[in-house]
Amino acid sequence: MRHLLTTVGLEHDQAVSILDVAEDMADVATRAVPKLPTLRGRTVANLFFEDSTRTRLSFEAAAKRLSADVITFSAKGSSVSKGESLKDTAQTIAAMGIDAVVLRHAASGAAEVLAGSGWIDAAVVNAGDGTHQHPTQGLLDAYTLRKTLHGDGSRGRDLDGVRVTIVGDILHSRVARSNVWLLTTLGAQVHLVGPRTLLPTGVDTWPVTTGTDLDAAIAERPDAIMMLRVQQERMHAAFFPHEREYTSAWGLDDARLERLATDTIVMHPGPMNRGLEISARAADSPRSVILDQVTNGVSIRMAVLYLVLSGSDPREVAA
Amino acid sequence: MTTILIRGARLPDATTTDLLLEGGVVTERGTSLSHRDATVIDAAGLLALPGLVDLHTHLREPGFEQSETVLTGTRAAAAGGFTAVHAMANTSPVADTAGVVEQVASLGAQHGYATVRPIGAVTVGLAGERLSEIGAMARSRAAVRVFSDDGRCVHDALLMRRALEYVATFDGVVAQHAQEPRLTEGAQMNEGALSSELGLAGWPAVAEEAIIARDVLLADAVGARLHVCHVSTAGSVEVVRWAKARGIRVTAEVTPHHLLLTEQLIAGSGDGGPYSHGYDARFKVNPPLRRDEDVQALRAALADGTIDIVATDHAPHPIETKECAWQEASFGMVGLESALSVVQAAVVDSGLLDWSDVARVLSRTPAEIGRLAGYDAPFEVGSPAHLTLVDPSASRVFDVDALRGKGLNSPYLGRTLPGRVVATIHGGVPTVLDGELRSPEEVTHG
Repeated sequence: MRHLLTTVGLEHDQAVSILDVAEDMADVATRAVPKLPTLRGRTVANLFFEDSTRTRLSFEAAAKRLSADVITFSAKGSSVSKGESLKDTAQTIAAMGIDAVVLRHAASGAAEVLAGSGWIDAAVVNAGDGTHQHPTQGLLDAYTLRKTLHGDGSRGRDLDGVRVTIVGDILHSRVARSNVWLLTTLGAQVHLVGPRTLLPTGVDTWPVTTGTDLDAAIAERPDAIMMLRVQQERMHAAFFPHEREYTSAWGLDDARLERLATDTIVMHPGPMNRGLEISARAADSPRSVILDQVTNGVSIRMAVLYLVLSGSDPREVAA
Repeated sequence: MTTILIRGARLPDATTTDLLLEGGVVTERGTSLSHRDATVIDAAGLLALPGLVDLHTHLREPGFEQSETVLTGTRAAAAGGFTAVHAMANTSPVADTAGVVEQVASLGAQHGYATVRPIGAVTVGLAGERLSEIGAMARSRAAVRVFSDDGRCVHDALLMRRALEYVATFDGVVAQHAQEPRLTEGAQMNEGALSSELGLAGWPAVAEEAIIARDVLLADAVGARLHVCHVSTAGSVEVVRWAKARGIRVTAEVTPHHLLLTEQLIAGSGDGGPYSHGYDARFKVNPPLRRDEDVQALRAALADGTIDIVATDHAPHPIETKECAWQEASFGMVGLESALSVVQAAVVDSGLLDWSDVARVLSRTPAEIGRLAGYDAPFEVGSPAHLTLVDPSASRVFDVDALRGKGLNSPYLGRTLPGRVVATIHGGVPTVLDGELRSPEEVTHG
């Protein structure tokens, strides 16, 4: 794997194999010294043009568990605020000698531009680009679903027949996009729910079903329900009247939590707006796997860094 | 001034003739012409078109000379077979006073590569608030007849109504950049399934169509002329068709790129070819590239006359404004050098238009809309000698050497295009000979 830019076009076997490599990485965490020498001498640069403490920490932890050196660039207080471009920043960091770039950027397609531009030779891992993709989030969600449903028997399996409902601001969500393509490639059925204003134009051409009624979606007893964060900047842009109306129609509140089938798991990519898209009780309930998602995120990112830096096809590694 | 004898050129009506050009005009037309002192151009196998007229060019001077100047832009025009360009008003200072438009026109005249017809801003500073000095610009030495806030839409309905009426006072026309601003806040590409997948803010077709619909009704109500810049959607074509059927005085243009390219290019082909990578900002343009259905509708509309002309919207930008993430990149493509080849590829080679249609949509009608004299009877004895000789059978890989302005932001680099401009003659002066631009000294001294 040269880069990881998007989940669109990721093949079924390839995706299963990445999850399997992540299983191996998760095993490392249970050792007395939870660290592998695999990437000793390699340098990973975290280029975060957009703030995201949790994603940055997760990638950092992953690289360090593989013994890679990590350098981190955050746009805040850096030369980017003085007008430096993606090209110059990337080339500057690359000139210091790096093997992989983990890129977070507010512009959709930034990772693809960096990987395709020829500006640098390093492998590029997309850690979130605008409202486009966040492929390691999709992978960690797939991993969490598989682990929760299949436990120790997860290896080699996909998500055939698993029904996942994603709720909220689909229009602006890179998490939703990453999941739609990855989960369906793995055999899952994805159902998207939200107000019409937050369902993208042309969503009918996506490999999903859509609806606007959360209660109807809950009555269908999905295997998992994934609540998306409502971004602050959407509140006053006429996507919906106000927060309370949003919560009453599309929030996973206590009443809906009660009506959820007992084996439906609750997911959220974080950070949560407790009381808005998800109630505190739902977030903290036993069926919530939200902290598992965070834990699994490190394993997935270890797998991805390992695969892009070894240049291996994940299928060969996992086999 | 040079005397030129063109031997054996095929005209748009498919007849073949010799042409003698003296003193800047056509003095003889017929077979077996001869002249002792004439420079002879053997045009056997070449097509003679009237000098091309672009109604929509960004020359960037004054103010943005790092992108283009009147000199470099008119050199690009000559290389593309153009002998007249209409320079858009979004310069710095904005072309909203007689002083600016006279400066731009005189720079064009001084360099001589093409006639430069400045377009005046409709509103002061393109701000959409107060009418600019339209009368002063119309009466100036630049004799402005086209007014546009291009780049911005005159979105205030009352101001648009007044502009239509006031401009009509001077036999001018408002060229509207039809873009409803609120519907396109932050918009990055055509709104649809692809923009949703790519996570780029959508630019809905209705944002263009709603303004065109409003404006044709306003033009009807006040009995004024309206010109619609760069029509890009099938729905816009329907609105213009309806307006014309109703007798409303509206004309419309389409760009070469909207006749050939679709939004799909933004996704990247992944095939290792010139369009392999996604989010290539060379394809970022305003209005955005649309769907294949829109391209087909625009071609049909150009063929049936619903769309009157092709105009380039030549928009040069420095390299760094395209070497960046998509949403940080500037909108626009250069188009003068490639326009004729792209039109040939899109609508001539497919049989929708013949060469006399091309002469109409790229020369006669844009000159009429811009009230530019000298293009109504090309090749006739006594007419100004504006013409271009083209080899339509040529085929070339379009590369940076073909770009003769400052901008390298062409969407066609690496693509094979048909046709080649062999010679361009502006007012009897060759600006291009043997496919090569002539030097500023040669052009200035005729």
